[in-house]
Amino acid sequence: MAQIIQLLQSAIVFGTVILFGCIGEIITEKAGNLNLGVPGIMYLGGIAGLIGTFFYESSVENPNKILCIVIALVCSFAASALGGLIYSFLTITLRANQNVTGLTITIFGSGIANFYGGYLNKLAGGVGQISVKTTSEAFRTTLPFATSFGDFGKVFLSYGFLVYLAIALAVIVQYFLNRTGKGLALRSVGENPATADAAGINVTKYKYLATCIGAGISGLGGLYYVMDYIKGTWANDGKLESLGWLALALVIFATWKTVNSIWGAYLFGVLYWMYLYIPGLGRSTQELFKMLPYVVTLIVLIVSSLKKKPEQQPPASLGLAYFREDR
Amino acid sequence: MDNNVAVRMVGITKTFGTIVANKKANLEVRRGEILSLLGENGSGKTTLMNMLSGIYYPDEGEIYIDGNLVTINSPKDALDLGIGMIHQHFKLVDVLTAAENVVLGLNEKEKYSIKRTAAKVREICQKYGFVIDPMKKVYEMSVSEKQTLEIIKVLYRGASILILDEPTAVLTPQETDKLFEVIKNMKKDGKSVIIITHKLHEVLAVSDRVAVLRKGEYIGSVETKDATEISLTEMMVGKKVTLDIDRPEPQNTKKRLEVKNVTCYRKDGVKVLDDVSFEAYGGEILGIAGIAGSGQKELLEAIAGLQPVSENSEITYYSPEDMKPTSLIGKSVKAIRNLGVSLSFVPEDRLGMGLVGGMGMTENMMLKTYYGGVPFVTSKGKPKALAEKIIKDLEVVTPGVSTPVRKLSGGNVQKVLVGREIAASPTLLMTAYAVRGLDINTSYTIYRLLNEQKKRGVAVIYVGEDLDVLLELCDRILVLCAGKNNGIVDARSTTKEQVGLMMTHIAKKDNDGKGDAAND
Repeated sequence: MAQIIQLLQSAIVFGTVILFGCIGEIITEKAGNLNLGVPGIMYLGGIAGLIGTFFYESSVENPNKILCIVIALVCSFAASALGGLIYSFLTITLRANQNVTGLTITIFGSGIANFYGGYLNKLAGGVGQISVKTTSEAFRTTLPFATSFGDFGKVFLSYGFLVYLAIALAVIVQYFLNRTGKGLALRSVGENPATADAAGINVTKYKYLATCIGAGISGLGGLYYVMDYIKGTWANDGKLESLGWLALALVIFATWKTVNSIWGAYLFGVLYWMYLYIPGLGRSTQELFKMLPYVVTLIVLIVSSLKKKPEQQPPASLGLAYFREDR
Repeated sequence: MDNNVAVRMVGITKTFGTIVANKKANLEVRRGEILSLLGENGSGKTTLMNMLSGIYYPDEGEIYIDGNLVTINSPKDALDLGIGMIHQHFKLVDVLTAAENVVLGLNEKEKYSIKRTAAKVREICQKYGFVIDPMKKVYEMSVSEKQTLEIIKVLYRGASILILDEPTAVLTPQETDKLFEVIKNMKKDGKSVIIITHKLHEVLAVSDRVAVLRKGEYIGSVETKDATEISLTEMMVGKKVTLDIDRPEPQNTKKRLEVKNVTCYRKDGVKVLDDVSFEAYGGEILGIAGIAGSGQKELLEAIAGLQPVSENSEITYYSPEDMKPTSLIGKSVKAIRNLGVSLSFVPEDRLGMGLVGGMGMTENMMLKTYYGGVPFVTSKGKPKALAEKIIKDLEVVTPGVSTPVRKLSGGNVQKVLVGREIAASPTLLMTAYAVRGLDINTSYTIYRLLNEQKKRGVAVIYVGEDLDVLLELCDRILVLCAGKNNGIVDARSTTKEQVGLMMTHIAKKDNDGKGDAAND
């Protein structure tokens, strides 16, 4: 029992990182832009939050926890949105190839982040490991009564606020996309931009906003990783990048529906950590288990392709640049 | 000024690169009338209307709505002025419902509610006599339902001027009748309706007035009650222009190709070729005339083995040496090519089917001769020599044989394409739109090349758009109308009007095409 609870807990923590990445990417893809730069964007979000709070924490004696959180969130969102803006400018205005641009953003983001991460580690001196203790603690603060509910509390209430923010965002985004006029407009831009244009929707504006806001949300995944998952430190180990790719796989797994991505993210987490709880696995067989999230994504792809229901397919003009006077 | 005029377009010019789509075109539409905008392919009908609906912006000219000078920069501007266009290619989002498509892009003051929209849609349906389920997804709809939805969309936005781009092209006769009823209901409601079309009998059936465009220019307009199919055809195709294209007498013609009862369906189940039969002879040029999309492309592709045909179709090739018949159906494209059947199709984007844009001339020459020679490796010597020969013979302007053909001008690309097909020394040469977008000199070069092939005894099939050219270059002309063979005429004795009429009107079993109109 205790093992199962432990597995669920680590799955939810793991899932939250990719859930943010996935929600952001769904918004972006719904507007027709395939941003393969999610791993890079998450790196940007993580490092920006770390830099912001590091300088705040080292400049005052008693850092204010609320301010720590605000600074981290703002820095992280802004840096990620900026990454999204670079991507938007290249693919929407200059109509560059989306796949190439996205991959470039991934390389760019991880390069920048690891550069500053290494730099911060040096700045921190000492054992050569940066740590934003106060901020990380603030992010990991759980509800005071979490422990008083036994196992239920452990599984559902023992996390920092970003876990719940991710779930709330998933629900809100789903409502926005399906139940509001603006969401309808956004979806139509991704499905058929020429039609949206003819209906008087500003295609460029929607694509820019969706991509930048989507990147901002994806970046929060990076922030959660830095502040909670590795507890306010920095590691140049490339783990965040592999989580970024999982976030992209999750978009497909969730068939572009953010509510599906909630349980999908946790399922990925369970599958990813399962090897720890299966006795007798060698180091190589462990890696086979870490593959499982990708395997289920492939299965979902096959099943949804066979069904041929348009609702479960990617937005029809995903990956295509739009130019009105194209003949 | 006439208060009754809803739209006035004055001196509208629009060019795309070097192609002039509209030249100083004028148009007037009155309130509460149905106007047919008539013209051949490429006469600029759709472009002109796209400028009214904000898809394109005119290079020159003025547009007045209700007597006020307006600037229409986007489809939204057009809608704000009450102009709504129903495009030939529907602008609908497939995964959304009818109601969602209707409300798309509207900034209504009230809160977004799909139920209320659906109720309003039902109201419009009742008023004009449409039938549609507002909650049905577009991908589940038939073509006619989609069209209905498009019309509802513009009516929902309060459009008072509706433009329909070839609305009947995709409809069955029954659906067409229903559509016309709805259009008449809209007229009763005081709306102006512009129908872009080239079907004469529909023009006469539904419209109050007809405006005619030819080669981008406005020819004039007539009241429908004063018009006949013949008078309209004359306006549409214009007076015969003498081009002085050389036409050698066909010599010792021999049957080369026999096409019998060829029927073929498009992917979506629409019949594009309907029981077409004809014969082509070596040493003559057989022209194929028809409105765009009447099945020309599919016919050529069927012969070249690129298009599946239905069961009882027969395509037989007769070898020039011994007249041995060979059925082409079921043969691979390569096998057909080896018999000497050559297809050069110049699609609208020129590069699409014939050439690979990113490759140089040499590589493009190799596309059709990659097999043969040493296995696994390609040899560039011969193709390069061929590319150089084409550059010299056809005066292709290019920096060199390795420059990507995408970078050449349209005319030069076409020379490369046609040159390659001719170099394969075919026994049956099919070309479609070989002179599309070319200047006069280059066009004559192409005609000369085709005539040379004809003198060599090649059977040439020439699909063309310009009737003057067809009448002067070809020996016989096969007229396609809606996928049917509407008769084969002698190019030397036929008039332009006759061919024009045959293109737009299905002759009822009498092959001279005039009979039907004469009965009126």
